[in-house]
Amino acid sequence: MTIYEEHGWKMVPSRNGFGLALRDLGETHPELVVIGADLTESVRANYFAEKYPERFFNAGIAEQNAATIATGLALSGKIAVFSTYGVFAAGRAFDQLRTTICYNKANVKIGGAHGGLSVGPDGATHQALEEIALIRVLPNMVLIVPADSEETYKATVAAIEQIDGPVYIRFGRSPVPTITNKDTPFEVGKALTIKDGSDLTIAACGSCVAESFLAAEILDKKGISARILDIHTIKPIDKTAIELAARETGAILTVEEHQVYAGFGSAVAEVVVQTCPVPMHFIGINDRFGESGSPRELTKFFKLDYENIALQAIKLLERKF
Amino acid sequence: MLTDIDRAKYKEIACRIRFDVIKMTYHAGSGHPGGSLSLVELLTMLYFKHLVHKPIDPNWSGRDRLVLSKGHACPALYAVLAESGYYPREEMWTLRKFGSRLQGHPAKDKGLPGIEVSTGSLGQGLSIAIGMAISAKMFEHRDNRIFAILGDGEIQEGQVWEAFMSASHFKLDNLIAIIDNNNLQIDGYVDKVMCIYPLKEKLQAFGWRTITCNGHSLDEVDKALEIAREKTGKPTVIIMKTVKGKGISFMTNKAEWHGKAPSREQALIAVTDLGYPENVLDKDIN
Repeated sequence: MTIYEEHGWKMVPSRNGFGLALRDLGETHPELVVIGADLTESVRANYFAEKYPERFFNAGIAEQNAATIATGLALSGKIAVFSTYGVFAAGRAFDQLRTTICYNKANVKIGGAHGGLSVGPDGATHQALEEIALIRVLPNMVLIVPADSEETYKATVAAIEQIDGPVYIRFGRSPVPTITNKDTPFEVGKALTIKDGSDLTIAACGSCVAESFLAAEILDKKGISARILDIHTIKPIDKTAIELAARETGAILTVEEHQVYAGFGSAVAEVVVQTCPVPMHFIGINDRFGESGSPRELTKFFKLDYENIALQAIKLLERKF
Repeated sequence: MLTDIDRAKYKEIACRIRFDVIKMTYHAGSGHPGGSLSLVELLTMLYFKHLVHKPIDPNWSGRDRLVLSKGHACPALYAVLAESGYYPREEMWTLRKFGSRLQGHPAKDKGLPGIEVSTGSLGQGLSIAIGMAISAKMFEHRDNRIFAILGDGEIQEGQVWEAFMSASHFKLDNLIAIIDNNNLQIDGYVDKVMCIYPLKEKLQAFGWRTITCNGHSLDEVDKALEIAREKTGKPTVIIMKTVKGKGISFMTNKAEWHGKAPSREQALIAVTDLGYPENVLDKDIN
């Protein structure tokens, strides 16, 4: 039995939440259309495509065209969802996202699948480790990195029902522990406190939230009280929750399945240094490409696992003012 | 064939549009006159005859859509929009100035009536038009048309060929692409920089109906637009032979006039070329 199963967490890929939300929203939103790029099942757009074939368009292996067609549909009053792997959605189609989708404030939602190391054995070419940096610099864009499939479902619903403009949702391929449930609150731009604490804060996004929670359990046993924040919305980021965490706990450790440079930790640090500077440490990928391996092996290798998070938390405490 | 009276009317409008392009870019001190001047007859025939639109109700849902994919040619578009009554003529002279709705490339969020979409990064406009054409044909079931105007150098962008492929795949016979084939781009002749020819054969192989015309003959442009509107089950492309800098003696067929404004002396020559008195160059300028 894995530590995740011991906690009663079901292992579900977060992409499932995206697919299920599209399928459910298709019924209530006749203006919802989905544009794929040959990876229909992989990004779980097949849930929608099978139910609403007349509202699903496959652009083939042509992400730049796909993203831009989505814009034309959005400018004609549709809610257009474009989904492919993160490396292509944020990388290959970056200028289309910037100049066509964001500059026009087009109502396009981008499902950035296979984020992080979750595509494991496929290796570095397909492991998206740069999207947070690329996407959060775009004006008019909202960026959400949900922790699990339930949160991905809610993020997709919110993106489509509450936001009139571009939203990028980053989710993963392999199963991750479902640490939230249907009743867990979700509000775009509002961090979720997974566990309260007073000695330091561990701020995480995506699959790193569950690992951070497990790290907090280790810390608890050592008498260290860690606050765990699930900062699912990276843009606009919850400045209030971050400032409060800095003031009340005095140290912040960030954890992300992404490059440390210009990533999630940097976004948190931008708030911390301008409100209440406290010692910080960033856990993430340190300026290198990924490589083949199982997601679990890679999580350990890149030190994104709960044991290392706990270790780094203890080290960070030594630097507290 | 146009009647003599109509031809004379469109010719007069085209001449005024050319004058506006010169006056706008001169007072802006920068801009793209060359590729604007090659579009003048096309935009004249579109906005004053073929385009289904209502300048007093720019967002009217039944309108045709026009995407100026070669966004740098916006001075010509701004001029026809003013001439059509979308916004006051005097605002034209704010082109490229701080706070203007007439940005250096079309900007939807600045709110100039008649601008459907921001463009400027080449290669994307046809794909935007495809999205609009899908929406009109498959969801709104409208009989309107979606136009995309592309530069010939622009089709060196790979995305344009992704778009050509997908438009015929989706059978978008409400989509009309127009290629402004002046054979010049910033670095020189298009076929020397990176050859795009044979264009007609390539586009037919991509599943498009092709029409060719002389882009400076009002009669030919009129006829091409009339034929293009017919639905045949395929997307239509008009390959329009044009001359960069058309109508201004010293700009004609010169790549260097892609992206620079005329000096005062040059602007005065241009105004004279178009048959206007020199003093209109500064009229209504604050």
